[in-house]
Parts: sequence; C-alpha cells; structure tokens
Amino acid sequence: MDEPLTSDGFSLSKLKTGDKAEFARLVETYSIKIYHLALKMLNDEQDAEDILQETFIKASRAFKGFEGRSSLATWLYRIAVNEALMLMRKRKPDSVSTDIDIESEDGQMEPIQIVDWCCLPEQELLSDETRKVLKIAVDKLPKSLLTVFTLRDLNGLSIKAAAEALNLTETAVKTRLLRARLRLRSELSSYFLESENRRSTE
Amino acid sequence: MNEKGHCNDMMGTLSDYIDGGLTPELCRALEDHLKDCKDCRVVVNTMKKTIELYQVESAKESIPPMVKERLYARMNLEDFRK
Repeated sequence: MDEPLTSDGFSLSKLKTGDKAEFARLVETYSIKIYHLALKMLNDEQDAEDILQETFIKASRAFKGFEGRSSLATWLYRIAVNEALMLMRKRKPDSVSTDIDIESEDGQMEPIQIVDWCCLPEQELLSDETRKVLKIAVDKLPKSLLTVFTLRDLNGLSIKAAAEALNLTETAVKTRLLRARLRLRSELSSYFLESENRRSTE
Repeated sequence: MNEKGHCNDMMGTLSDYIDGGLTPELCRALEDHLKDCKDCRVVVNTMKKTIELYQVESAKESIPPMVKERLYARMNLEDFRK
C-alpha cells in the first residue's frame, strides 16, 4: 500500500525516521525559495544563509511533532519567517514593529497612477533597467507587506497558508497583499510614465 | 476614476478579484464597473502585469553554489547534492 504523502508530495514517515534521501529532496525543493525570502527580509547574504541553515536544522529536529495539518512548505516558511524576525530584532531592536505599523495606516488610499503600460513590448517590460526598478520597489516595501507578497505571489501559498505561515488572520493577509500589490504597481507605473515622457521629449 | 468613491470601493476588492476570491455577486458588480471604467481596467491590468513580472523574475532565482554546498554539508547531505 502506498503511504500517505503530505499535500506537497513528501513522505512524512520517511522524514520522521530520518530518511536522508527524502530530506535531501525537501531541501532541494525549498532551499531557493527560503533563501530568497530571508534575503528579501534581511537584505544580507550571510544572514539569509544562516536563516536557510537554521530553518532546515529546526525542521529536521521537529518532524516528529509535525502533524501534517498544513503543507510542509507552509511549515518551513513559518520557521524561516520566525527565524528571520528574531534575527531582525537582534540586529535592530527598534526597527521591527512587525504588525502595528501597517494596521495604523488603514484607510489611507495609495495615490493611484493611471498609466496603461501593461501592453508594452516584452523587451521593455523585462529590460535590465526595469528589473532594477522591480528590485528597488520591492526593497522599499515595509517588511510586513513584503513577506505577504513574497509568500503569496512569489512562493505560491494560498491566502490561508500565508496566514498560517505568518500567524495572521486571512483578512490581515488580504489587506497587506492588496497594499503591497498597489504599491508595487504604483512604483512601476511611475517608472513607465517617466520613461514614456523621456522618449517623447527625445 | 469617474466616480471616485465608487472606484475606491472597487479598489479594496481588486486583489480578491485577481485571486478569484470574490463572491459571485461582488465579482459581477466589479466586472460591471470595469466595463464602464477605463481607469479601473488599467489598474486591474497593470496590477496583474506587475505580479507577473515579479513572478518571471522570481523563477530565475537561484542559490550561490557555495551557499548550497555549505547547506548540504551542514545537513550531512553531501552525498545527495545535485
């Protein structure tokens, strides 16, 4: 009989009994996403590497207690986010107000830029300059918006799973996701408007 | 944004709309609004494109080889490194 697998296709019984091949498969599957999540949160390669290692060490010690209610991905991201938050508090104790900063902004609408750039040619949308703008825009996001955007839109978690990974309500995740997407969209709109203006004056 | 208040209400549902998470009633209301409001259509389309561009970039991400090597060594998984 086939043994049950986690929702993301791993054998929990193998992981619990220390099967190295299965653990290696887990590391291979999630290490890139975890490393880049940590890198975005901490902006430091060494810190991101530390978080990456700590996440898998903690996970390897905790498989026995994992009940499989969430996917392993959600569980691993939760460990990684908590490790990163702890490190952020250690690095800059005053800067991590995690949740409060965002909630207090409720009700403030982001300025809305109406520039229709979605049908620009691919070569412009994916130029080196645009890629720099993407990076700058994401770096400017408050960490509490950045983590939601990364888990949901880049790492593909559902709203429910992102809420579990971040220990937030689904409503809070949705609010932050909307705000993150609006801000990123707005930064890109400003950039494409500027480059259009630049072109028209050339 | 011809009816500013209305558009602002719609703005709150945009993310849910893109994720397919709206109730059928709200979805219909938003789509009716989008038919008549070019500005909101632009916001929806450019928001979708924004997410798509980030996803394209994210798919290209990798780990520096040395970081991967040290990770596998720390986990005692050297034999399984691809």
